[in-house]
Amino acid sequence: MRFLPHSKDDIAAMLQTVGVDSLDALIAHIPAELRERAAIKLAPGLSESEVSSEMSALAEKNRGIDGRTSFLGAGYYRHYIPAAVRAITSRAEFATAYTPYQAEASQGTLQAIFEFQTLVSQLTGMEIANASMYDGASAAAEAVLMARRLKPDRHRVVVSRALWPDYRAAIHTYLSAFETIEILEAPFDRQNGMVDLAELERLADASLLCVVSGYPNMFGVIEPLARVSAITHAAGGITISSTAEPLALGLLKPPSELGVDIAVGEAQSFGLPLQYGGPGLGFMATQAARMRQIPGRLVGETHDSRGQRCFCLTLATREQHIRRERATSNICTNHSLCALAATVYLSLMGRQGLRELAARNVELAHHAADQLGRAGVYTSFSGPFFNEFVISVSDVAAALDSAESEGVLAGVPLGRDYPELADGLLVSVTEMNDAKQISRLCAALRGGDGERE
Amino acid sequence: MASVSKVAPIEKPVRQKDLSDQAPRTPGKKAELIFERSSPDRRGVDPAKSSIDGPSAVEILGAELCRDDLAGFPELSEPDVMRHFLRLSQLNFAQALQFYPLGSCTMKYNPVLNDEMAALSGFAELHPRVRDHLAQGAHELMARLEAALCEISAMDAVSLHPAAGAQGELTGLLMVRAYHRKCGRAPRKVIIPDTAHGTNPASSALAGFDVVVARSNARGFIEASEVRRLANDDIAAMMVTNPNTLGIFEPEIREIATVLHERGALLYLDGANFNALLGVAKPGDMGADVVQFNLHKTFSTPHGGGGPGAGPVGVKRALEPFLPTPRLALQNDQWTLDYDRPASIGRLRSFYGNFGMLVRAYSYILALGGDGLEKAGRLAILNANYVRKRLSAHYPSASPEPSMHECVLTHGLEQRAGVSTLDIAKRLLDFGIHPPTIYFPLVVRGALMIEPTETESRETLEEFVAAMETIYREAIDEPGLLKSAPHTLLLGRVDEVEAARHPILRWQNVSK
Repeated sequence: MRFLPHSKDDIAAMLQTVGVDSLDALIAHIPAELRERAAIKLAPGLSESEVSSEMSALAEKNRGIDGRTSFLGAGYYRHYIPAAVRAITSRAEFATAYTPYQAEASQGTLQAIFEFQTLVSQLTGMEIANASMYDGASAAAEAVLMARRLKPDRHRVVVSRALWPDYRAAIHTYLSAFETIEILEAPFDRQNGMVDLAELERLADASLLCVVSGYPNMFGVIEPLARVSAITHAAGGITISSTAEPLALGLLKPPSELGVDIAVGEAQSFGLPLQYGGPGLGFMATQAARMRQIPGRLVGETHDSRGQRCFCLTLATREQHIRRERATSNICTNHSLCALAATVYLSLMGRQGLRELAARNVELAHHAADQLGRAGVYTSFSGPFFNEFVISVSDVAAALDSAESEGVLAGVPLGRDYPELADGLLVSVTEMNDAKQISRLCAALRGGDGERE
Repeated sequence: MASVSKVAPIEKPVRQKDLSDQAPRTPGKKAELIFERSSPDRRGVDPAKSSIDGPSAVEILGAELCRDDLAGFPELSEPDVMRHFLRLSQLNFAQALQFYPLGSCTMKYNPVLNDEMAALSGFAELHPRVRDHLAQGAHELMARLEAALCEISAMDAVSLHPAAGAQGELTGLLMVRAYHRKCGRAPRKVIIPDTAHGTNPASSALAGFDVVVARSNARGFIEASEVRRLANDDIAAMMVTNPNTLGIFEPEIREIATVLHERGALLYLDGANFNALLGVAKPGDMGADVVQFNLHKTFSTPHGGGGPGAGPVGVKRALEPFLPTPRLALQNDQWTLDYDRPASIGRLRSFYGNFGMLVRAYSYILALGGDGLEKAGRLAILNANYVRKRLSAHYPSASPEPSMHECVLTHGLEQRAGVSTLDIAKRLLDFGIHPPTIYFPLVVRGALMIEPTETESRETLEEFVAAMETIYREAIDEPGLLKSAPHTLLLGRVDEVEAARHPILRWQNVSK
């Protein structure tokens, strides 16, 4: 086997050193009933070329890729990934290292995470950020857990219904063991697609622990976060903003300026491939006063014995390997290599490039919405949107089929998660879509919808 | 023994000339951050061209929704960015570069083909919201991986949903909780051995359980009598890492399972050390009801400097209804995702798992096959026992039991020379070797937890042995050399206390 360096002679000599006469003798102390049943009945090993063929055959069975024009978003976005990103993240020096426990031998990983923490802080406007989380959904759940540590005497969690269904589900699951916690849903306004502020105000009573709102939300709509925060704070709660399209933060007001206390989200947009939904990149930022309640790894600046600036993991007394059952979270690793991808991506985009790209997304998405309107397909909500929006079509499945036959993946149907939006299709437009593709989308949806009317 | 003689004992560590392409920094000189390399008006991407005419984004949204500027954001050209990160890469130790026997982390070789397979456009560019008929290859891969993990573990069903081992633990424990509720019980406690990883008690607390600590005996394992003493109707489950963190097989595991099951409690088998079990013993046969797999360990997905990993969970039939949503289902020869699972604990993340890691793990399983996996397990055990034996003169094992995939060693240097385990670890860096896990498990004073893995050759192990022997002699003759180590890296000993005392968690633009 090509990954195993042991020759027959090596094995014989090593067994002799250990003092046993066969490999099986090394496990003779395992109960026989277990050993006898332990054979792994899988096909024999394959050569590299055989593995490559078999895997390629599976990859080719996925048909959502070649020659198709995609307008799929809903929490995961198609953006161009500069070649430099993969050139760096595929470096084995980064990819095959582990958690940087030995700071002297891990400065590459540590400095990159420190830079990531800084970039996330700048984007969100917050004072600090952690070394990353698994994804946006689990980061949102961890933010609610963090809020609970900050306000242990409160029990009402209000989650916007316009938050991604996966995020809401993760919050429910993560909090399911805390029986005193009550999770309520704030409805969205059917006109503008924003959280219903009057209803939020009604739910925000003296028991309010926190409010979780998208920014932009599931429908692409830019929530009035300042007003959400004002209502939350008036009741003494904590405002959590959750962002699945972090490119929006390149142009929109940062959560910090809108009264948000904990900003979380998913940063897949920053240089990570779609990869059928994972691995992603959760992020979390907050103000420095809450530093000791933040979950996950933190990298801090320090110096070495020669007085040189350097970096190391810090404030580990919050963490599971020190505090065990009293830890702030059970999270052990972060998504370090994904954070590296985002750090390289943002370094390339830079101060001007990120803002320009965010602007381009807004312009293209609004152009698409206008063009669809001209084709008789209308947006469902009046609220301002970033790079995706909901349209109404009379028969979503038929429209998707029809568009697909034209080589267009027109959007994400909302009916399963939002029965009240059974005619809703979420259309996402990024810089990967040009005017020509948008014309094809309009033609496909007009055709698909028209046939049914 | 011929091959060993060609390994020259290391007398003095060689300076690592290839660690960086820059001259060693002079004391006091700062390593530049990306922000400090920045210069106004530079850019690493060209302006995005527009294919449309119309109002600008700020005109569309209105200035009141928009921010002023990304103050402090870096401004660099593409070559600047490449050089910066390539230089950073050279400051890392990594499995691909050197021996990395970090105990409990299974730093085995990560086959490079697997990264290439994950980057195939059919996998890398597949959007998670495509309709099922467009993702049949992804679903088939996931179904095959689930089936392979079932076979390897003798469990009845596997979910690939959790993002990491710790999330797998939480998933498993929430299923334990749901199972008891379904049976009309609400036990409040989980038994955890004193040798367990910190994630076990942390996950238990998140799942709403109090922790009861089981004491391991003088030989380093848990006796069934200890579990019998602790078991009562208020116990929901016991979490057992097998082999445990001393690297030894829990010999009474089946009796422990029986004791738990008699009380209505479940056995959660922590698969953190699964590498030792490949073809040796299956959790399902041990009596486990739930197990989590760490694909980044046993199944060789790259550790990434601390993630991403993947932490699938396997369960026995009785717990299958509680697995996370959605589940793969085969309908009319087409794979679909089933969301209609009323008993499920729900979801802990978006979508269907860390798919890119699943691709790599399946590619690895195909490459090794059943026979290769069995051989890998045995060679991992051989390597650990070999290192243990070769170091036994000065670094005795913490347990008299045979080692599995790793060995936990001790040393008498603290008393004899005032040299700590940390000093030994830091000195190892001068030999170009990543140190073992240190001070863990907590039950062993000054522990050195060494996991060589099966992909390391006898020569590499001998180099490690030689380094450890040299360090032992140095500790006696010249302890100061260890206390001030490392000496040959770009950095001296890092002051971690200072970092925690005055936390600086980001760069600040102090000049403006």
